[in-house]
Amino acid sequence: MPWRRYAGSVPLLDARDLTLSFGTLRALDGLTLAADAGRITTLLGPNGAGKTTFIRCCTGLATPDDGTLTLFGSEPGSPDVLARIGLMPQSTGAWSGITAARLLRYLSKLYADPQPVDALIDLLGIGPYAATPYRRLSGGQQQTVNLAGALVGRPDLVFLDEPSAGLDPRSRRATWDVIRRVRDAGVAVLLTTHDMHEAEALADSVHIVDRGRVTAEGTVADLTVGGSLEDAFLHHTTGDRP
Amino acid sequence: MTLDFTPAARPAPLARRVLAHATTEAGLILRNGEQALLAVVIPVAVLVAGRFFGDRLGLGFQDTAPSVLALAMWSSCLTTLAIATGFERRYNVLERMAATPLGKPGILLGKGLGIAMITVGQVVVLVAIAAGLGWRPVPSAPAFAVAAVTSLLAMGAFAGLALTISGSLRPEATLALANLMYLAGMPLGILLPVARFPEWAQPLVAALPTGALGGSLRAAAHGVALGWPVAVTALWCAGTLTLAWKVFKWTS
Repeated sequence: MPWRRYAGSVPLLDARDLTLSFGTLRALDGLTLAADAGRITTLLGPNGAGKTTFIRCCTGLATPDDGTLTLFGSEPGSPDVLARIGLMPQSTGAWSGITAARLLRYLSKLYADPQPVDALIDLLGIGPYAATPYRRLSGGQQQTVNLAGALVGRPDLVFLDEPSAGLDPRSRRATWDVIRRVRDAGVAVLLTTHDMHEAEALADSVHIVDRGRVTAEGTVADLTVGGSLEDAFLHHTTGDRP
Repeated sequence: MTLDFTPAARPAPLARRVLAHATTEAGLILRNGEQALLAVVIPVAVLVAGRFFGDRLGLGFQDTAPSVLALAMWSSCLTTLAIATGFERRYNVLERMAATPLGKPGILLGKGLGIAMITVGQVVVLVAIAAGLGWRPVPSAPAFAVAAVTSLLAMGAFAGLALTISGSLRPEATLALANLMYLAGMPLGILLPVARFPEWAQPLVAALPTGALGGSLRAAAHGVALGWPVAVTALWCAGTLTLAWKVFKWTS
């Protein structure tokens, strides 16, 4: 199986002591974590914890001030890395006038062996709104199209930035099923969320992130020994409190 | 059909990636009514007006037609590109595409090719209409070649300005500034020849990429190859693209 290439001591995604400041704001403050193939690694944290900044570091759009970050043993943003990752952005991520089908066909042309677009559209239930301009889609529909866009290139590692935000319960369950299938096929999934239910339903490992650093980590079972996951979240995060 | 999510990511060849981006972006721009207005309707209106009323303003049609070609390049490579890119930043399109095999260089190549495809299409349509209205440029291979090189360099300079603006300002500010520059550039050498300015202002207008492009195209229409516009546009091209590379932010 392809993901066994990475079975060994070096994680597929390896971040150590990352720091990054924007002016006086310390977005990442010693963040350390790893993600492996065939696992859903979840970053659970409040808004502004540094989750999206970390993903931007992984895609080469932001450069840490200090620390080390490798994907597949290479620098973030290098051509080899970009070919093997998929990104589902937190919001929008598409031209306002493009239709869902046209966007997915465009993205598929960037890859040599993409998923068949029509089958992906069927699987995710995009068909009824495939010809609708992106700006006219609901938030949940946009999220579903973004998930399809992240998977169309058959990535080794996929970043899902709050994948079920704005989805109704039925769509959320369907999205979770797809994410599990992707994980079971050997893809490394790095998922950010502040939804406890999503973390409990999907995560193989949870990293609670607060103010740019991991404040607790383990499986859901590890983190819920003394209470619920929400209790652990509240215990290990400060939010906007000083 | 059952989908297999087993990792099998491989990039398509570079040319295919860039072409996919260019055709997608060009198609989206041309479907946008406001952009189509800038790209086609306004230049055609100026061309027709120049044919029938240009003489009253002291602009013969032989000079109006190449001026309108310069206007098309100015509008597409500056205004259209700046506005489109500004909103791509706002809607996280650039962030999304930068995490694909296209990468940052591929995005820029694709954007450049897309806007070049639109501009070439504009020029072909406008030349055909101008010819239909009676424009008869003096045939000269050297003049044509020099004008073509100047046009490429000027388009690069305009694109550099567009990316500098759109990569550092909010989309609303980009929209306002790009439209303002479009209007300001029209008299500054695009439609109005350098020679029409007061003597003291002529070197200033000639040193602008708008003045250099307009001058080169009007001269070429008379069979004359001008050298100085090549130097002016080359300097602007190098300068604005370097500046854009330094200040461009991929996220908003």
